[in-house]
Amino acid sequence: MRPGDIVAVALDAKQTYVADFASAEADLPSPSWLRGIRRSAIERFEAVGFPTQRHEEWRFTNLAPLLRVPFKPAITGGPDGVVAEKLEPFAFGILKTSRLVFVNGRYAPRLSYLRSLPEGVRIASLAEVLRQEPGTLEKYLARFARFQDDPFVALNTAFFVDGAFVDVPKNAVVDEPIHLVFVSTARDVPTIAYPRNLIRLGAGSQATVIETYAGWAPEVTFTNAVTEVVSAPASVLEHYKIQRESEAAFHVATMSIDQDRNSSVTCHSMSFGGALVRNYVHTLFRGEGGSVGLNGLFMPSGTQQSDHYTRIDHAAPACTSLELYRGILGGKSRGVFNGNIYVRKDAQKTVARQVNKNLLLSKEAFVDSTPGLEILADDVKCSHASTIGQLDENAVFYLRSRGIDEENARHILTYAFASDVVNQVKVAPIRIKLDQLILSRLPKGADVGETL
Amino acid sequence: MLEIKNLQVKVAGKEILKGIDLSIGPGEVHAVMGPNGSGKTTLAQVLAGRLTYEVTGGSARFQGKDLLAMKPEDRAREGVFMAFQYPVEIPGVSNAYFLKAALNAIRKYRGLEEIDAMDFMGLVQDKAKLLGLDETFMKRGLNEGFSGGEKKKNEVFQMAVLEPKFCILDETDSGLDIDALRLVANGVNTMRGPNRSMLVVTHYQRLLDYVIPDFVHVLVDGRIVKSGDADLARNLEKHGYGWIVEEAPKPQPARA
Repeated sequence: MRPGDIVAVALDAKQTYVADFASAEADLPSPSWLRGIRRSAIERFEAVGFPTQRHEEWRFTNLAPLLRVPFKPAITGGPDGVVAEKLEPFAFGILKTSRLVFVNGRYAPRLSYLRSLPEGVRIASLAEVLRQEPGTLEKYLARFARFQDDPFVALNTAFFVDGAFVDVPKNAVVDEPIHLVFVSTARDVPTIAYPRNLIRLGAGSQATVIETYAGWAPEVTFTNAVTEVVSAPASVLEHYKIQRESEAAFHVATMSIDQDRNSSVTCHSMSFGGALVRNYVHTLFRGEGGSVGLNGLFMPSGTQQSDHYTRIDHAAPACTSLELYRGILGGKSRGVFNGNIYVRKDAQKTVARQVNKNLLLSKEAFVDSTPGLEILADDVKCSHASTIGQLDENAVFYLRSRGIDEENARHILTYAFASDVVNQVKVAPIRIKLDQLILSRLPKGADVGETL
Repeated sequence: MLEIKNLQVKVAGKEILKGIDLSIGPGEVHAVMGPNGSGKTTLAQVLAGRLTYEVTGGSARFQGKDLLAMKPEDRAREGVFMAFQYPVEIPGVSNAYFLKAALNAIRKYRGLEEIDAMDFMGLVQDKAKLLGLDETFMKRGLNEGFSGGEKKKNEVFQMAVLEPKFCILDETDSGLDIDALRLVANGVNTMRGPNRSMLVVTHYQRLLDYVIPDFVHVLVDGRIVKSGDADLARNLEKHGYGWIVEEAPKPQPARA
């Protein structure tokens, strides 16, 4: 494709989205403060449009396949044929969770349930909260994910209908994970959904939140999700994002985290599905002593593209970030890791470690890895590393010399490659589920699982 | 049990083994000694099935079957085991998982049922004790962060669990302190029996003080130049390889 064509495609797509906003705006849940933000967001989007590969941040991501599809916002508010049984594969074995389900970005109460929660903990539909208590979210919503910086965040901010509001008050400890399930469906026309989540952790509180993105081929869907996290001092959040949409799905997700002092956040990002997936995780340390763990695995195969951008902003002293991303790429798949750690001038005693390792299972798979450190402080411990390689043939021979056949040897080593990331998962049923998902992505992976 | 005839092997285009003849009967322990670069490790690796070695001539039959035509995994399933000189570290695969996968692959090949978790744990506990490996070892990554000695112990431990018919020990004594050497040698000796043969490849006499070989062969420049009993190894320790190299027949000119 000539460069001019993509510019034309991007321009056409932009005009369509802007026109869609004009007709959708009246139906969106919008207290007056939010109406203004939505307007500003769509204006910002109209001004900048979709990024092309000329933008540094999008250099490795060709959006043309996404922009050519005439997606329409889902019209129905109902569950669109999604029944509880269809969601069973997305549960975590014996793990007990509260569950909120959203179909095409809208809350599906009949598929959702809350288990008993500590006093004051709220898990609710964002749209309901906006309608019933319009002022509650004003201080937080759209304050952390900056639509000024990212056209997809701008679109989400303009269009979102619903999502989850998780509010954990001071010192509350939620033992059971909170499972948010975002289901994408498309009946007749390709459908777009804009889940919007807000997770607010009070001082000293603790919670585990899982976001699962689900969908089924051949339905062509586009999920443009934004999650904002506000972590008050000394709070602890374990966050999981598990991308299991079909290989016909498009998925762009942004996670913006705001961390006050001594707060701890761990983000596990596990990406399996999607034709084109782009994840962006951004965390800001605004108070000292915070820690963040970014723990990612992406495993595209076939013609999938799986891109992972992260930015850790050490704006306060004595914070620790540990980033561990692994890519396993098969077929003709493409992947991107782009990690950016920014240590500001006053952020002394920062500890930051970033490691991205990639395993290419085929000659036609391709990954771009760009680790990045920008350090303005002088008393810090920072490191980054990036590798791209194939399976170690010495290791393959070692396993074979013990009687394990070649295919299994390669599966075992591939599985082992992922284990560094999987072992960071503290909740055993989630870890087991991830093991299964990894094995299911390997041809004959079930045989490897059997011997486990 | 193993019949090697005129085996010739090239590595990266260079001729390393120039015609090896070796016959190993059931229950026999043969040591192959030789100076660095004589081809000892090549012999061990080519028997285990390392693919980077190119067999250019000769044969090796194991229990009547063409060993060189088999894939490495099939050799293992037939009962060949090589203790590596440099065992590979594989983080993310536990010793327990790996060994169970190997044991079951071999059992399956032999038409046996897969071993269940309880029986497996019972089996490995006994063998681990024999080699002085503690219980946490099974849960650790395969050779991950192991000391040189631990890696070698692990090789012999795997051998004890998999119970091969033919064991190749490739420089198993290198990097072992005297206590570890005794444990490893004891592990090897425990496995000696009328139906199990061994090929011990080593540069030094050290291991052979504990694992007394029935036959000793000296490999120089890709050929076995002298064979004898355990006394030959002691002589080599005393006098070095120099006298043998000089005594050895000069290579014949290549046949036209």
